Order: sequence, then structure tokens, then C-alpha cells
Amino acid sequence: MMMFYWIALAIVSTAFAGLLYRLVKGPTVADRVVALDALGISLVSIVALLSLITETEFFLEIILLLSILSFIGTAAFAKFIERGEIFDRDDNR
Amino acid sequence: MIQIVEYAGVILILLGGIMAVISAFGILRLPDVYTRSHAATKSSTLAVLLSLSGTFIYFWASESFISVRLLLGITFVFLTAPVAGHLITRAAYRSRVKLADSSTEDALEEVLRKAEEKIEDVTEDDNDPEQPPN
Repeated sequence: MMMFYWIALAIVSTAFAGLLYRLVKGPTVADRVVALDALGISLVSIVALLSLITETEFFLEIILLLSILSFIGTAAFAKFIERGEIFDRDDNR
Repeated sequence: MIQIVEYAGVILILLGGIMAVISAFGILRLPDVYTRSHAATKSSTLAVLLSLSGTFIYFWASESFISVRLLLGITFVFLTAPVAGHLITRAAYRSRVKLADSSTEDALEEVLRKAEEKIEDVTEDDNDPEQPPN
């Protein structure tokens, strides 16, 4: 049973390496942010597999934190690419 | 019985890994940002949903531990990953990232240009000091 989890971890790590290549190579900033978002999501499944391999349920909080942080980071990057600023202030309008 | 449920979890996890590889392959091979984001949002979300469901089923079957945090994580990823993909694609289009050369039609370009011209006209009228305000 444990062998399947190691195999799944190896497969997901292969996907992770491919995403890292796109993160370094990506021609535009938007490409890099798309790759970063997908990296955060596959990091979530890597943490789930690690918690299966070590047989603890203490890693499961990290899943929630990572998904929230990845979403907030992507939203901030999207706003930065679109307007050049992250925070809206009322006196700027 | 427990063994069968654990094997169901293992099958879900392996399917999740295969979906992750397919999505990474799409991100590597597709030609521009928009098609890449198609690969990154849909199949990555499916991959992580399958992996987390497999983990949930494993902990449920082997230790009879129902993890609410895992369920919350599944819901949150399912809600936010498509939204994040939409946000980043919209930002890429509005910052004029080019489409791939093989794409044939851009229906949004004309509409967006008209809207931008309208916005510029309105701001010019507001800044014009010679015209009296109505």
C-alpha cells in the first residue's frame, strides 16, 4: 500500500518539475503567474501525499493554508499586472 | 472491507497524479497564455481534488478519522482555482499579451477597444476647462 503512495508522489513531483520549467522559461509575466498558481495547487497534493506516507493528520492544516495563500497571491499578481498597483486608494480616482 | 475502501482511495490518488502530469504537459506544450491557463486551471483542479478525496477516504477507512479540514480544503480549492485562472487570464488580456499565431479569431479585441475609447472620451470631457458643466 505504501508503495503506491511513493509512486504517486514521484508522478506528482514530475509534474512539479515541468511546472518549474515553465516558471523559469515563461515568455511573459502572465505565463509565470499561471505556472505559479499551478505550482501552489500541486504543492497541496504533495502535502496530502506526505501526510499519507508519514501517517499523520497534522499536515492537513497546511493544505488549507497553502490553498488560501496561493489564491491570494494569484489575485494580487493579477491585479498588479492589470493596473500596476495592488491596493486601490480612493484619492487616486 | 476496509481493504477495499483503502484501494479505492489509492486508485483516486493515482488518478490524481496522472491528471497532474497531463496538466503539466499541457502547460509545457500549449502555445500561449490563454491555452496554458486552460490546462492549468481545469486539469490541475481535478488532480488536486482527486488526491485530496483519496486522502480523505484513506483516513476515513484506516483510522476512522473524518477530517473537516480536508473537506474544507477540497471546497476551497474547488471554489478558488477557477476564479484565480479567470483573474490571471483577464489581466493578461488587458495588459495586451499576444495570442498565439495559430489562433484564428479574436472577438474581444474590437469590443474592448471601443470601450477604452469611450472611457478616454469621458475623461477628456471632464478635464476640459473651456466647456461649461451641464
